[in-house]
Amino acid sequence: MWLLLTALAAVITTAIWYVRAPDDKYKVGLLSLFFWGATIMWLVDHIIAYVTEGGPFLEVSLDATLLGLAVIVLALFVWEIVLVISDPKGVLRKALKG
Amino acid sequence: MACFLVPAGEAIVTTVVQKVAQKREKSGGEKVKKTGLTWSRRLSWLNKMLWGGVILLALEHIWHGEVVPWPPFLTAMATPSEVGPMLHEMATFGSAMAAAITVIWGIMILVVELKSRAVPKVKASPAARGA
Repeated sequence: MWLLLTALAAVITTAIWYVRAPDDKYKVGLLSLFFWGATIMWLVDHIIAYVTEGGPFLEVSLDATLLGLAVIVLALFVWEIVLVISDPKGVLRKALKG
Repeated sequence: MACFLVPAGEAIVTTVVQKVAQKREKSGGEKVKKTGLTWSRRLSWLNKMLWGGVILLALEHIWHGEVVPWPPFLTAMATPSEVGPMLHEMATFGSAMAAAITVIWGIMILVVELKSRAVPKVKASPAARGA
């Protein structure tokens, strides 16, 4: 389930990035690549596990759904840290000056 | 178990390579290609995908109790009989993950190169636009 939720987040962030491109002031491209990286890795993991071990391709449970949500929250958190540090709007700089 | 450590290793190497390329570009040693994209920018896409995947997969491993915040950090390392399967998983799952990300990044670069080659042709023959 976390694969599906991460893939959904990757698709949505890519669409947002494309609509705003070439302007990427808020680094949506970074967030999108974060999600794509995880989606590709989990897809490979799921395919190999399905081929070698069998069983269901996707784990559909409350725990798997919560993990998917936690993954999205962590990615957003890391993106926000990068955003605040790079401070594209200069909000922190202004606050520190004044 | 610890498959994400293989892409993490690759991410460390490619991050160092990106920094070196960035330094060279700043000193004027590298030419910017037709696409306007430097190698450091291209490598930054690979790094973002690798680090994003590694961070999020690390959370999954913590969630499933395969990674813990105390030594030896990987729960499989605590049991000698699980070390072998862990290394096997790293060699299969981890290598496949790292290879998949690198191949997809290579395709991205190829598409950008091909697109950039197509752009001047359209500009050179404006009549083609109406055809």
